[in-house]
Amino acid sequence: MNRTVLDLWVGFFVALGLAAVLFLALKVGNLSAAALSETYVLQARFDNIGGLKVRGPVRSAGVLVGRIADIRFDPKTYQAIVTMNIDGRYRFPRDTFASIYTAGLLGEQYIGFDVGGDEKMLEAGDTVRMTQSAVVLEKLISQFLFNKAAEGQENK
Amino acid sequence: MPGLLEPIRRLGHGMVEWVWRLGFATRFFFAILLHSGTAFRRLHLTLREIYFSGVMSLLIILVSGLFVGLVLGLQGYETLQRYGSTEALGILVALSLVRELGPVVAGLLFASRAGSSITAEIGLMKTTEQLKAMDMMAVNPLARVVAPRFWGGVISMPLLAAMFSAMGVFGGWLIGVVFIGVDDGAFWAQMQSSVDFRYDIMNGVIKSIVFGFAVSLIAVFEGYDSAPTAEGVSRAITRTVVTSAMTILALDFILTSFMFRGNS
Repeated sequence: MNRTVLDLWVGFFVALGLAAVLFLALKVGNLSAAALSETYVLQARFDNIGGLKVRGPVRSAGVLVGRIADIRFDPKTYQAIVTMNIDGRYRFPRDTFASIYTAGLLGEQYIGFDVGGDEKMLEAGDTVRMTQSAVVLEKLISQFLFNKAAEGQENK
Repeated sequence: MPGLLEPIRRLGHGMVEWVWRLGFATRFFFAILLHSGTAFRRLHLTLREIYFSGVMSLLIILVSGLFVGLVLGLQGYETLQRYGSTEALGILVALSLVRELGPVVAGLLFASRAGSSITAEIGLMKTTEQLKAMDMMAVNPLARVVAPRFWGGVISMPLLAAMFSAMGVFGGWLIGVVFIGVDDGAFWAQMQSSVDFRYDIMNGVIKSIVFGFAVSLIAVFEGYDSAPTAEGVSRAITRTVVTSAMTILALDFILTSFMFRGNS
């Protein structure tokens, strides 16, 4: 009964399996980045969120500073209320501007923070006052066509 | 008239038989859990089964994983190239492997490689009346034979699925980065930015654990319930593979439908 050799193989097998899980966690997934250790909540109201998704990124100067936790519709103001978990290491001034941008031409949409110069900082649970909605491509095109048409009228 | 009634009678018999076996399988499952103490107290029994169902399946899992990854890399590149977003190849390969292909294909391979041999072993033990002999010697065959094989399968399956996924990602990387020339940094960075540990990887691991329980239970049950003849054992093995495959795919649909609701 060569049990020691068997144990060696089983140990090798289990180690290989755990190594695979570790590889998936660290190299394939973003365990280190996903674990925003301490977060605080900010809210923002948008007229139109476009294709924004829960768990989407919140960036400032292009750096990931938080993730979108929840998106709700406010039946009173007919606006979207977006709740964000922001990394506890970062504080933003009260006049921070939250806009919805698109990464690349067909990429995912994210919230970008353009920082203002206010002395006071946003506290946990605060609402970002100044927001800019997502750009809806159809609106942009129709506006462009409308302007073109108006120009044509003037030139006549 | 009797000729017309016969198929209906057979259908009813089949249904009753199916429900009967389902009930027996449920009771069998709880009996295994009840007798699992021995499987862990005499750990070398379970280790032996991990060796037979896990270590011996390594080759087929690793090679299949590599080839699935290679194919995903090629096909993914071919499609993504049309939209000029070949850097997203990493995301495509990793997400399809971690979420779906890893647990499902590893489960199917595991059922046909390890599940069938477990069924054959237990079925043959029953045919040659070894199980009865154990009972006579006051050794509970559930604790001595069935439970170690069950737990061996349950432990092996998630590890094998993780290896399959890891190997597949490596295959996709091999095709995408080494052979075709997608940017190495973009491949990994895009993958890491959109594969979430808890959402994607943990759900994949949960899937593989569920499949491990399902396949192992089916394998030991079919063996234990097989008719004690040569033909009965061969039928039981066929049933193990067929039932496992259908159960894995059906469970996968159910699990996916409440794990991934498209709000990512």
